[in-house]
Amino acid sequence: MSKKILIYIEKQNSVSEELAKKAQELLQNFDDAEIAGIAINAGLDLGSKTYFDKIYYVNDSRLENYSGEYYSKISIDLITEINPDIVLIGATSLGRDLAPQIASALQTGLTADCTALDINEDGKLAATRPTFGGKLMATILSKNNPQMATVRPHVIVTDFDVQLKDTEYIEIKPQIDDIKTHVKLLETIKKEISAGIEDAEIIVAGGHGVKDNLDLVYQLAEKLNGKVGVSRAVVDLGLAEASIQIGQTGKTVSPKLYIAIGISGAMQHTVGIMGAKKIIAINKDKDAPIFKLADFGIVGDALEILPQLIKSL
Amino acid sequence: MKIVVCVKQIPDTTDIKWTENHTINREGVESVLNPLDFYALETALQLKDKLRDVEISVVTMGPLQAEFILKRAIAMGCDRGLLLSDRKFAGADTFATAKTLAKVITEKIPDFDMVLCGQFAADGDTAQTGPSLAKQLGVSLLTYVKAVDFQDSKFSATRETETNIEKYEVLTPVVLCITQGDYEPRRPLIDGFIRAKNTNIERLSCSDIKMCDDEVGLKGSPTYVSRAFTPNIEHAGEICINEDTEDTVRKLVSKIKEYV
Repeated sequence: MSKKILIYIEKQNSVSEELAKKAQELLQNFDDAEIAGIAINAGLDLGSKTYFDKIYYVNDSRLENYSGEYYSKISIDLITEINPDIVLIGATSLGRDLAPQIASALQTGLTADCTALDINEDGKLAATRPTFGGKLMATILSKNNPQMATVRPHVIVTDFDVQLKDTEYIEIKPQIDDIKTHVKLLETIKKEISAGIEDAEIIVAGGHGVKDNLDLVYQLAEKLNGKVGVSRAVVDLGLAEASIQIGQTGKTVSPKLYIAIGISGAMQHTVGIMGAKKIIAINKDKDAPIFKLADFGIVGDALEILPQLIKSL
Repeated sequence: MKIVVCVKQIPDTTDIKWTENHTINREGVESVLNPLDFYALETALQLKDKLRDVEISVVTMGPLQAEFILKRAIAMGCDRGLLLSDRKFAGADTFATAKTLAKVITEKIPDFDMVLCGQFAADGDTAQTGPSLAKQLGVSLLTYVKAVDFQDSKFSATRETETNIEKYEVLTPVVLCITQGDYEPRRPLIDGFIRAKNTNIERLSCSDIKMCDDEVGLKGSPTYVSRAFTPNIEHAGEICINEDTEDTVRKLVSKIKEYV
């Protein structure tokens, strides 16, 4: 049986390669499998050997900056031409803008921010994500082709024995002359990106349980040379910037050590820390689900423990 | 000028209580307006403050009980509330939801200039309904919009992504997905509540907006849930009760050293 997966290749983002590797795993049992990429102004330095069989590319000065209308039109045209069974896109700010525009135009199913991808017994894409406010995981299928999903960077890592392939490059001619967009980019300011929590080796995270004593969380992080993260509750209360929020509506992190303080561990938080190597949790509530994830847990009051811990480090 | 704001009621999940089985204790969980929708409403209201001649219609899809979020929006200063409520709408995915919203807008507010949505809903966080709606209305879209301004008879929008801050000139009609901005959404005043009480919410069914049964809800959704489950993550870690803080700290220090 034949199966074709198309992956959107985003410039300077690891997620495209992660998806290509995962696609190799998903298609391992199909004799006629093809993994294709679409690269819109993503540069030509992708190499002759990649994890893709084919890369469809376009380089056009009009596409220098991302535009949902232009990029979705090119993607939709290619999908209509090559007819992939599955389309995978990174759940980045670009992907989260692009993917629903493509899916909507093709009237097909799209599952956002998946934490697992599988091929089921019918050969369909089974996309799993947290749902109902993080209470449950749901495996979602699409009735139509292409079956679409977005995945965040660092979330899906395969240990499948992946192979580099001799990649065929195919240039596409964009049909974008007729697009009359109502949004015109005037100015772009590159943000000064200080090393964010995404790359931190040690993260000390505070939640609802320490919301009024975040300074202790900061002090502990400083002692450990780590970064501070918070749960959504803390951001919603206006006590921390959204840029350090971890979880489904925030950042995905993969530190060596994650210390969760006063965080109950609702799924919408824990999906953001699945990549953490070790987790230490401190929480008053012995039934808090964070203890199911923790390698080491303390049931107790963080306000009693932290000052002494900070002193002794 | 006509602005449409699409809003959603979500369960209040900020202060969750847990049962012994690590499931959510649903007792006493209330519904609230999705936090980012407050920013979408405030954006519309600021444009109204500036341009004066603006009619703001607020649309939501949900059970009859969702009327309260429309009343709340009217209390803040919005003009109309439209509630899409029909059992046939149940189970809609983001595509079917966007299609239904697009239909109510083209039926009831066909001369709209701007549609504002929250960037994502805090319960599902798919961030798909706004972009899907733009495509189905066939108008331009900007996501991650932090601020909208009107100066020299032109609209502009500031968009913030992971790496960039971008400034756009915006023509109408347009769909903008609004994220948290550097301002506080206003709180309703007493006269706002009185006006909300006296404003009739327009309830609309599937047939009211001339949609077929198979276009809406579960039937009209290209996705379906094949399985829902509670993930079974058993991470047999060591759990200690803090009885002697000094001893606990000693254990913590040794674990931190071991793990790093």
